[in-house]
Amino acid sequence: MTGLFSLFRRLEGPQTVGRGPGFWSLFAFVLAVALAYPLFSDGYTVGNTVYFLVWVFIALSLCVIWGYGGSLSFGQTAFFGIAGYGYGVLTLNFGSGYGFTLLALVIAVAIAALFAVLLGYFMFFGRIAGVFLGIVTLAVTLMLERFMAQTAGPEWHIGTARLNGFNGMSAMPPLTIPWPGEPIVLFADVGLYYFVLGLLVFVYLALRILMNSSFGNVIVAIRENPERAEMLGYDIRRYQLITFVVGAALAGLSGVLYTAWGQYITPSSMGMTAAALPLIWVAVGGRSDLTSTVVGTLVVLAAFQALTIYGSQYALVFMGVLLVLTVLIAPNGLVLGAMNWIGRLAARFTQRAG
Amino acid sequence: MDIATHVFSALYQFGDAFAFLVLSACGLAVIFGMMGVINLAHGEFIMCGAYVTAAAVHAGLPLPLGILAGTVVSALVGVLVELAVIRHLYDRPLDTIVATWGLSLIATQGTLIMVGSTMAGVGTPFGSFQVGDYSYSIYRLVLFCAALGVLAALYALFNWTRFGVLARATIQVPHMAAALGVDTRLIYSLTFACGAGLAGLAGGLYAPTMTLVPTMGATFIMEAFVTVVIGGADVFLGTAPAGGVLAVVKSVMTSWQGQLFGQIGLLVAVIIVVRVLPKGISGFVLRERT
Repeated sequence: MTGLFSLFRRLEGPQTVGRGPGFWSLFAFVLAVALAYPLFSDGYTVGNTVYFLVWVFIALSLCVIWGYGGSLSFGQTAFFGIAGYGYGVLTLNFGSGYGFTLLALVIAVAIAALFAVLLGYFMFFGRIAGVFLGIVTLAVTLMLERFMAQTAGPEWHIGTARLNGFNGMSAMPPLTIPWPGEPIVLFADVGLYYFVLGLLVFVYLALRILMNSSFGNVIVAIRENPERAEMLGYDIRRYQLITFVVGAALAGLSGVLYTAWGQYITPSSMGMTAAALPLIWVAVGGRSDLTSTVVGTLVVLAAFQALTIYGSQYALVFMGVLLVLTVLIAPNGLVLGAMNWIGRLAARFTQRAG
Repeated sequence: MDIATHVFSALYQFGDAFAFLVLSACGLAVIFGMMGVINLAHGEFIMCGAYVTAAAVHAGLPLPLGILAGTVVSALVGVLVELAVIRHLYDRPLDTIVATWGLSLIATQGTLIMVGSTMAGVGTPFGSFQVGDYSYSIYRLVLFCAALGVLAALYALFNWTRFGVLARATIQVPHMAAALGVDTRLIYSLTFACGAGLAGLAGGLYAPTMTLVPTMGATFIMEAFVTVVIGGADVFLGTAPAGGVLAVVKSVMTSWQGQLFGQIGLLVAVIIVVRVLPKGISGFVLRERT
């Protein structure tokens, strides 16, 4: 019991912004609104919101690797794609009965994580760091995209699942929860919304605990000064590898959910543009904090979609400008800056009151 | 088919791969070697050079002048980018990557909006010649010579000119160079312009051989990055030998299994080399020397 309690105490700490009753009551309020939201909306809009939430996982993965771990990875979309394709291949081969889609989700995420172990071993144990890490991961991602894009012919298949080259795979079954009587099929509306929302809340809280635990403190120490962390006796390569794998698994989860949401996955979801977008959300939100990343991702995504509707081709230009300006003017991120400002304001207010 | 034609064919493919790797990488390597900055908009500078070259040729200029125009325009754009963005980020190398990626997004999409999804290309000059059963493009040989020429010119620039001396002083100890009266900011600007110009040159040289689309930069950057990562920070001790080694890997894999496997071979080579030689070939050579 005390073990559980100490676990919950890690929900707040030095590595995450937001603490105290004020923050958690706001959290509960936002969660309540999110839970009640489908009651006041239609299926299409809810399905679109699921699309936003799906991307938050990959943003969180980048937040962990880049923001907390300090290793800039351009390869998150590679894990996204691997897990997405993995889910497609598995479910197209074995169908969706007996809750297999949930098992496929786990296996697909595990495949992405395994790939990250392999790649991460070569990178971190080869002591690649800084800019080289970014380049190697980017090269892997682009390679994977090119490889998948040329799998158009009928000879490219795994089991009965055709890879279909540039057009990608489609028509895989959505996630299905086995239920006595009739299995619950999570189509891209209310059902999937609650599933993804639940998963997101779980991942968010778990990451808060992880980042405030000793593991989180060590990876932040490595980000701040690798030599010093090593002198203190930490095997930084192992910590970096674990961080990388955790991030890859999250990106993979994003990929599986995306595939299950739209029932398709294409190679371009791993391309240059696709790889740039998570970076923009995380940089603009505030890469060194989980909450800022979640908020930033949702805000930028919503803005991007609105821009795409009204100014279609200028949306990407605008995103590029936003990224450059953020790096130049607010390198820690806009949302994080705003949250820190509010925090200082609140602190001053309570001081004056007390 | 006798042995000689096989040997010639292999040599030709090697030369082609070598030229592509060296030309697309040297601009990146100059900027990285000098400033530790990886320019992710490198591919877009190449695209810029190719577009300007094509536009100049359509306007009636001969191809060599068109390539020159592409080089100069890219270098000028490089100066602007350095002044507006890169200059403020020298102490934050990771942020430079992110910012230049933003620039690359802007450039790709901006070109798509302004010029359209494709641009009329330039015909490949010089025609071809026959050896054995196969015909070969003469222009590819010109490209190989151009790659050697660029390496020679860079060597001369960095070793025999005043700019080269100041630039190397700035790489080694920036503060000391500044204390001795070198305007290090100007040197950085010029170096960035030099890198951007080399990218433009690569674009101009390859403009006659490929379709001009806004995303054409992406076809170069993978090879460029791979060469720079394997080569390490020095252009002559790193990029040139890395180009040689990788050209062997690429041409062998390509003739064995096709274009894609050539690129996969490059990637595998990189991952293995960085595991064995973390500082690249030039780091290895320099360590051996000291």
